[in-house]
Amino acid sequence: MATQPSAPAHDAHDDHHHEQSFAQKYVFSTDHKMIAMQYMFTGMAMALIGGFFAYAFRMQLAFPGEAVPGFGVVSPADYNALVTNHGAIMIFWVAMPVLIAAFGNYLIPLMIGCDDMVFPRINRLSYQIFLLSALILLASFFVEGGGFGGAWTIYPPLSSKAQYSLTPLGATIFVGAVGLEFIAFLLGGINFITTAMNSRAPGMKLYDVPMVVWMIVVASILFMASVGPLIAGAIMLIMDQQLGTAFFDPDRGGDPVLWQHLFWFFGHPEVYVVLLPAMGIVAEIITVFSRKKLFAYRTILYTVFGTGVLSFTVWAHHQFISGIDPRMANVFTVTTLLISVPIAEMVFVYIATLYKGSITFTTPMLWALAFLGEFIIGGVTGIFLGASGADIYMHDTYFVLAHFHYTFFPIAIIGTFAGVTFWFPKMFGRLMSERLGKIHFWGTIIPFNCIFIPLFVLGMGGQHRRIYDYSNFPELAAMQPVREFATIALLFMLAFQFLFLWNFFRSMFTGPKAGKNPWNSCTLEWTADSPPPHGNWPEGLPTVYRGPYEYSHPDHDEDYWPQDEAPKEQPA
Amino acid sequence: MAATRPIATTRTAAGMATGKLAVWWIVASEIVIFGGVLASYVMHRLAHEAWAEQAAHTNTWIGAFNTMVLLTSSLSAVLAHQAAERGDGPKAARLLYATVVGAVTFLIVKGFEWTEEITHGFTITSSTFWSFYYTAAGIHAAHVLGGAIIMLIVASAAKKGQELHRVELIGIYWHFVDVVWIFLFPLLYIAK
Amino acid sequence: MIESLVPSASTYAADIDFVFEMIFWMVTFWSVLTFGAFFWLLWRFRKGASPKAEYLSGDEEYPKKIISWAHMAVLVFDVVILFFAVRVWYQVKQDLPQPDHIVRIVAQQWAWSFYHEGPDGELGTPDDIAMNDELHLEVDQLYHYKLESRDVMHNFSVPVFRLKQDAIPGRVITGWFQPTQTGTYDVQCAEICGIGHGLMPATVVIESPADHAAWVQSHSPLALASVEE
Repeated sequence: MATQPSAPAHDAHDDHHHEQSFAQKYVFSTDHKMIAMQYMFTGMAMALIGGFFAYAFRMQLAFPGEAVPGFGVVSPADYNALVTNHGAIMIFWVAMPVLIAAFGNYLIPLMIGCDDMVFPRINRLSYQIFLLSALILLASFFVEGGGFGGAWTIYPPLSSKAQYSLTPLGATIFVGAVGLEFIAFLLGGINFITTAMNSRAPGMKLYDVPMVVWMIVVASILFMASVGPLIAGAIMLIMDQQLGTAFFDPDRGGDPVLWQHLFWFFGHPEVYVVLLPAMGIVAEIITVFSRKKLFAYRTILYTVFGTGVLSFTVWAHHQFISGIDPRMANVFTVTTLLISVPIAEMVFVYIATLYKGSITFTTPMLWALAFLGEFIIGGVTGIFLGASGADIYMHDTYFVLAHFHYTFFPIAIIGTFAGVTFWFPKMFGRLMSERLGKIHFWGTIIPFNCIFIPLFVLGMGGQHRRIYDYSNFPELAAMQPVREFATIALLFMLAFQFLFLWNFFRSMFTGPKAGKNPWNSCTLEWTADSPPPHGNWPEGLPTVYRGPYEYSHPDHDEDYWPQDEAPKEQPA
Repeated sequence: MAATRPIATTRTAAGMATGKLAVWWIVASEIVIFGGVLASYVMHRLAHEAWAEQAAHTNTWIGAFNTMVLLTSSLSAVLAHQAAERGDGPKAARLLYATVVGAVTFLIVKGFEWTEEITHGFTITSSTFWSFYYTAAGIHAAHVLGGAIIMLIVASAAKKGQELHRVELIGIYWHFVDVVWIFLFPLLYIAK
Repeated sequence: MIESLVPSASTYAADIDFVFEMIFWMVTFWSVLTFGAFFWLLWRFRKGASPKAEYLSGDEEYPKKIISWAHMAVLVFDVVILFFAVRVWYQVKQDLPQPDHIVRIVAQQWAWSFYHEGPDGELGTPDDIAMNDELHLEVDQLYHYKLESRDVMHNFSVPVFRLKQDAIPGRVITGWFQPTQTGTYDVQCAEICGIGHGLMPATVVIESPADHAAWVQSHSPLALASVEE
């Protein structure tokens, strides 16, 4: 195995950076770590907005007609716009930027032992386009007619004709913002795949790559392979909206169901696009805090590939009763239930990693374990919906909503907290407070379940989605206390998030200093300084000698064996 | 600011040149986008008998001529790559300019073609066939234009003997643009 | 389980409820085992009880065997669920038994129009009865519905029937149901259709044969016209 060190980062770099202005360092940086921070903070800001929307519409549901503190009275149009934008924001402007772009950009070069992404300027451009897409979405609330309110699924003809949506400008701006976000992530993907494939440290074979890197790469590929038809659809939808074409207008030869296919062909793989990075983060954490090698690394990898491929065959389970040929539903129910098999496999394998470990319950570990637990609930409730016969009743009810929050919340929120609390010491050179972290953890998880378990019950009771006031439906009126309970739980959960913000920002400035490797982890990012300077390892890029999870190796004294530690000389 | 390249750019652990990997990624993304447009077109076409009647009005001769133009331009792109492989930057640049001439010819011919059709009343809103026709061919034309511009940038560096590896990369992109047209031509012009 | 929350008022409601309940018990069984293993492992191998971890690669027999077994179980459960789910799906959505009556349902922003056969027992004749937001049905009769939309996507949903179907503009979608219980029940629109999506509740009024006949007689436009004379 090659043992020569890589060349040190060019000195020319360092000369330039003594004179970097604020703008160069923070606004127009091409450094992958700074771009990651930009994505992360933008995503966190959008999460506050998306969370505020949830607060407003849940208050309306619990106390219909009453002015919501901080918002005012929620009209039916307001309600629809709130739920529409809550969904879109959480998926496109929180989950994706934080899990893929922030963690991907931050971790990939560091974990594979190189100094930056392959195309730093394209990286910067991708963030700029992403930021633009966020601003455009936010702008849609202030135009005449207000923000789009036809659900994040944007079904035409509601979305294609202003006379139906009553948001002539908002509808186009919304679709445009989503399309631009897609372009940003297609560009970002260029870096993830080329860097992970080509820029690995000497000695790092494909099976020595940390799982989270693989997961982000596969997620990027899934995204790229699925979003194209929807980009085509978005172009067609905008043309219908603004030019009067009839792609989706049944009165003039168009087909509204075509949009649904284009949307869900992307929409389904999209959930795996966000799931995979979260599972990657969880893998990194449970190995460190059970001091154990990831169980069956290759099995996980092949399962991920298999799930990725299968994810392209299930999309119409979102459309069972939407007017597709009923015979097609049988095909899709088979593929949908089949996909539960590799997902179950991954869950089993992760749990097996705990077997014969030595587990410490730090804040990141709590989040990682909570991810597994909550996601199991999310996964099994999907079975009710994937079974076509049951879906006849459950479609468009709160059961669906509770199911996808039991999958998306672990992915986007729990996964984020897990990753942030874990890599915070590396990113900012300081430790977060464990005590505050644990209080925040319980203050999030317990209310989360109190919000969404009742929603399963509401769904079983026939309550449909996207309705701003259930007093109009006599059969549903009796369940009002359940709605109130869920909303109160949400208020508690939102309150505890301030604790996280306090912990996060306070620790950033005054937390105890962290060394290079506070968790005694094996992967390469923990061999760089905390935080790493520009170029990551100015004294020389690392060489790799072993896999990423060599914990508790019998031949090694320490219970962790960093990837870049040269093997000891064998005695003669 | 980023005048110096990171070391990351110089490694090739997977054995494939990074630039080529990036271009294939871009091409793959575009294949899925155009795939969506074409799949939608085909699904619609199969469901609407009346489209054949509309499609009869496209001009197969112009379509065939433009196909020839694009194929020829792909040929000059291949020859440009060969020249670049031999290190002959100026020749590669000349051949790339020839490719750009092909691109511009394609776009001018299309301009005349569309003007004809629009003045005869076949606009983008005339029927869904024409909506697809202008949209699909329009997105394609945008890619021809974008590709031509990038090609000019690559050619101006190649003329000075610089960045010769990019000649192959823009060539890959150009072949993709060509292949999309190879699919569009029969769907829009021949299937009547 | 669903019955405890929502009455069961159609011939296939019980079948759909059965699929739900079967999935529930299978999934609960599987989840209890998984969570049980999960929490047991967390407890048994917490640092206090397990100060040193063992170096396992994932090729070891024991855990691999358990995973394979669990895997197989998931697959078997899936196949059983599929069988029942597809059976119900076929029954409700593919099959179309001979109807006793036909109703025409038209959704629009933001109301429902229901067109019933008049006294002549035929839909599409001048004595048809048009109602806004009230669908009158006779218990134990098998109905075909012809579902349309005047503008955007809507969805005709009757929870007590366990029925749901999207209404697509430009199409007429046919389905069936057979009410089994008299009473007045909610109809919800189950596809977001604009700002009035929550403002188009409707009801199904399921009547005994006598009551329904009386309603038909008294509401038929020809009958009403003759009354005016």
